[in-house]
Amino acid sequence: MSDFSEAFALALAMLARFDANLLSIVVLSLSVSLSAVAIASCIGLPAGAALAIYRFPGQASLVLLVNAMLGLPPVVVGLVAYLLLSRAGPLGSFGLLFTPGAMVIVQTVLVAPIITAIVHRAMEEAWARYGDEFRILGAPRIRAIPHLLVIGQRAVLTALLAGFGRAISEVGAIIIVGGNIAGVTRTMTTTIVLETSKGNLALALALGIVLISISIAINGLAFGLAGRKYRS
Amino acid sequence: MKALRLVAAFALFALCAVSPVRAQQSFIVLASTTSVDNSGLLGHILPLFTKKTGIEVRVIAQGTGQALATASRGDADLVLVHDPDAEAKFMAAGDGLIRREIAWNDFILVGPKSDPAKVSGMKDILAAMRAVWNAQAPFVSRGDKSGTDALEKRLWKADNLDPAKAGPWYKDIGGGMGAALNAAAAMDAYTLSDRGTWLSFNNRKNLVIAVEGDRRLLNYYDVIQLDPKKHPNIKRAQAKRLAAWLASQEGQAAIAGYTVGGEKLFHPEADPKP
Repeated sequence: MSDFSEAFALALAMLARFDANLLSIVVLSLSVSLSAVAIASCIGLPAGAALAIYRFPGQASLVLLVNAMLGLPPVVVGLVAYLLLSRAGPLGSFGLLFTPGAMVIVQTVLVAPIITAIVHRAMEEAWARYGDEFRILGAPRIRAIPHLLVIGQRAVLTALLAGFGRAISEVGAIIIVGGNIAGVTRTMTTTIVLETSKGNLALALALGIVLISISIAINGLAFGLAGRKYRS
Repeated sequence: MKALRLVAAFALFALCAVSPVRAQQSFIVLASTTSVDNSGLLGHILPLFTKKTGIEVRVIAQGTGQALATASRGDADLVLVHDPDAEAKFMAAGDGLIRREIAWNDFILVGPKSDPAKVSGMKDILAAMRAVWNAQAPFVSRGDKSGTDALEKRLWKADNLDPAKAGPWYKDIGGGMGAALNAAAAMDAYTLSDRGTWLSFNNRKNLVIAVEGDRRLLNYYDVIQLDPKKHPNIKRAQAKRLAAWLASQEGQAAIAGYTVGGEKLFHPEADPKP
């Protein structure tokens, strides 16, 4: 148990003295993951809603595909992105490999299906309930998308937080395309991998505790913001 | 509209946070091995180079095999590795232009204090590995085509032993040096390690050095400049400066100056070998 108590003490000490190195790692982790969630929601929110209200050939297969993509192994996504972004690959000329940009790309690929699938499921229910009203009004279906998203905003929040959870905890993809470069692409999770490999288990665990605390804080913040509206 | 506002806030925050990270001065990517990075050597010497030249060095720490593969795809500007055979192949394939030894240290066989194979203090590494084989004592292999892994395979082969035919005591973990030491510590197993990683490793538990000092355990670190004919996109001039600096008096003094607990982790190239 001494490992755990040592880790807790270390985590508290790191948080207390506001370690600059730790702070830059936290900021990078958050900015990469939040960027990925932002881009993925620009894709997933409209796509999930559209999948719920349009009927077209192949729609069922598409829904199946999106749900199957929830199980995408991050290392495989990372490896494919690595081969594409490498100098020897088709997108090599952009020079994105081993940059935060590459990490945002892989996390977007991982997060977009989550947001799409959760939003789709919720919008399906909303559409079943309110779809007739829209149809009676005679407005084109595309106009229904923003309305549905507002009606289902709690599900949207859940989708965003689930996507964020996937992104902030992910390590397999970003360590391949980011390279875990100190000060450039080293995030919370890749630091934990590195410190574990150096045998600094207590430090690694302490970083894990910090990561979980940040996750809780972000979720609390999101729920707090959402909750205020319902109370007022 | 709350959801959209949330998304907009996310996006704004993210853009603000990522942009300063991406605004960079001149930098090069060094593909290197976990042994020189995790041991803290590069963290000690590279800031001196950056201070002098203004060139930032971004280190990708991988096993030697993976580092050479990264470079051969054109994703690194310079290589610092330690596997003579793999390096020779890399040069022969036309990827490398100039290869230069810049430091050395040695490998050691570490194992549990209880020493089930009775190898502690032996001077002949082949005899010691034969003893581990005969005792069927747990042995952790990197299995990741790193420089250390290549040495281990060479040593078995030199004694006509084939680890592919070894029993369950031979554990191929497919991981880095740190992962191998963590595994060996957890299983009370033997494993080969470079001295630098061992000295800076903090989870030894029952592990101690069992065998050291055999000439066959010498570990050479080479810096390789890439051939611009095959890799036209690399930052050749900056990479050349780093290679030259590592071999210079100043760079060599910096390597010699890195110690952990008073012990030198890496010897400059000119230090006499045992």
